[in-house]
Amino acid sequence: MDIFLEYFFQRSLIGGVLIGITAPLMGIFLVLRRLSMIGDTLSHVTIAGVALGFLIDVYPLAIGLLFAIAASFAIEKLRKTYKTYAELSIAIIMAGGIALATFLFSMGQGFSVNVTSYLFGSIYTLDTTDLWLIFGVTVLVLLFVILHFKEMFLMVFDEEAAGISGLPIKYYNIAMTILTSLVICVSIKIVGALLVSSLLTIPVAASLALARSFKHSVILAVLFSEIAVIAGLITAGLWDMPPGSTVVLLLIVLLAGTLLGKRRFKV
Amino acid sequence: MAQTQPANSQPTCHRPVVELSDVSFAYENKSVIDRLTFCIRQRDFVGIVGSNGAGKTTLMRIIVGLIKPTAGKVRLFGEPMDQFRDWHKIGYVPQKQSFNPLFPATVKEVVLSGLYGRKSMFKRMSRTDQQKCFDALDVLNIADLADRRIGQLSGGQQQRAFLARALVNNPELLILDEPTVGIDAETQESFFHLIRHMHHHHPITFLMVSHDLDMMMAYLGPEPVQEAGKIRFYVKHSHVPEDCGETGLTHALSDLREAIQIQ
Repeated sequence: MDIFLEYFFQRSLIGGVLIGITAPLMGIFLVLRRLSMIGDTLSHVTIAGVALGFLIDVYPLAIGLLFAIAASFAIEKLRKTYKTYAELSIAIIMAGGIALATFLFSMGQGFSVNVTSYLFGSIYTLDTTDLWLIFGVTVLVLLFVILHFKEMFLMVFDEEAAGISGLPIKYYNIAMTILTSLVICVSIKIVGALLVSSLLTIPVAASLALARSFKHSVILAVLFSEIAVIAGLITAGLWDMPPGSTVVLLLIVLLAGTLLGKRRFKV
Repeated sequence: MAQTQPANSQPTCHRPVVELSDVSFAYENKSVIDRLTFCIRQRDFVGIVGSNGAGKTTLMRIIVGLIKPTAGKVRLFGEPMDQFRDWHKIGYVPQKQSFNPLFPATVKEVVLSGLYGRKSMFKRMSRTDQQKCFDALDVLNIADLADRRIGQLSGGQQQRAFLARALVNNPELLILDEPTVGIDAETQESFFHLIRHMHHHHPITFLMVSHDLDMMMAYLGPEPVQEAGKIRFYVKHSHVPEDCGETGLTHALSDLREAIQIQ
C-alpha cells in the first residue's frame, strides 16, 4: 500500500479524477452529435503538435493544443464541403495527423522515449505544471457546462430550434470545439493519444444504455468514468500494470456489465 | 365561431409578421428562390406547398434567419432581420424525422427547451417556467408522458410534444415544417384539427410548410394566393375583430383542452 503515499501516485490520482469529470462531459455532447470519432482524430493531430514541440523545444502540449484547435476548425470546414459525408472529414484529418506525426518523429530521433509517453500515456510522470493545466481545463469545462447546460441541451438535441430561438449557435460550436481540443490535450498524458477517445465515448455509451433523461445521462457518464479512472489507477498502482490500459479496460468491463445487466433486469 | 375573410382584405389592426421583399436565393449558381415578395399578417394561416426540392425548406430557413438570402430583405414583426431580437415570439415544430430517436431526453426536457433562448441565457428555469411547461403538456394531453423518453412515444405523441414545446412560450408566430410526414392518416387528421382550432381561437399566425396539397387546400381554399417558381402560397385569414386585443394564454388553454377532448 506504500504506493498511496508516493507523490507521483497522488498526483496521478488527482489528475485522473479531474479528467474523469471533463472527458465524459465533453464526450456526451460529441457522441450525441454523432462526432464520436473526433476524439481519435484530434488526439492524433495533437501528437503531431507534441512532436513539433519537442523539435523546437516548446512546451509540447501547448503546440499540441494549437494543432488540435486548427484541426477541429479544418474538420468543420471539410464537413461543410462534404455535407453528406460527415465522417469523411474526420478520416482525412486523422490520416493527416498521423502522417505529420510520423514525419516529425523521424526528424528528431532523440526524443523517442518522450513520444511513447504521449502515445501510450504516462500518468505517473505528471508534473505540477501538467496538474495545474488539467485543473484549469477542468474549471473551464465545468463553468461552461454549468452556465450553458440548458442551451447545450438544445444545441445537441435540435440545432435548428436552437438557431430559431436566437441562440448564438456559431459561438457555441466554437466554444465546444476549443473545449474538446483542450480536454483531449490534457487527457493525452493520462491514457495516451491512442486511447483518449475511449475516455470521451465509453462512459457515455454506458450511460446512454441506462439514462432516462438528459440530466441523468450526464451524471451517469461522469459516474462511470470516475469509477473506471479511480479503480483503474489503483489496480495499476498495486499490481504494477500500465494505468492507461487498466482504466480503459475497466471502462469496457463497466459498459459490458451495464448492457448485460440491462438485459437481465430489463431496466 | 370565428369568421373568415379572404386573405386580400387586410384589416388595419393586423400588422405584418413576416415581410419578404425581393428575396432571392441561389445555391451553387442555381436559383432556388427568385425575387420573391410576400407578406404574412397577424392571424394569417399560410401554407407553403411545393414538391421536394422546390425550395420550401430553404424559404423557411430564410424566414427564421438560419440562412441569409442572396438578395432582398426580410423583416420579422416589422424589424429588419439583423435587428430582430424577439425570438421568443416564434414557435417552431420541426420535421418529425429530424431528431435522433435514441436521444436521452424526456418529454419534459424537450418541452422546457422551448423556453430557452438568448433572453434566458445564464438564467435558471423558475417555478413559473416549470408551470408553463406543465400547462403546455396538460393542454396537449401528454402530461402523463412527461417523464418518458421522447423516442419511446408514438409518432402522434411526439408531434404533440414538439407542438407543446413550440407553444410553451406563448408564441405569436408558429412555424411548422412538414409536421405530418411519417404519421398515419388518422393522427394527421386530429393534428390538423387541433391546428385549425388554434387558428380560429388564438391570436397566433401560422406558417406551415408541407407537400400535402390535399390537406392544405381543404382548409386554405383551392387557389394559391401567390406562386413563386415551384412554391405555392395558400393563405386563410381568421379574423374576429373583438379578438384583436386579446392575448392571454389562460383563456386559450381551457379552450384548447376542450378542442382536444372532442376528438
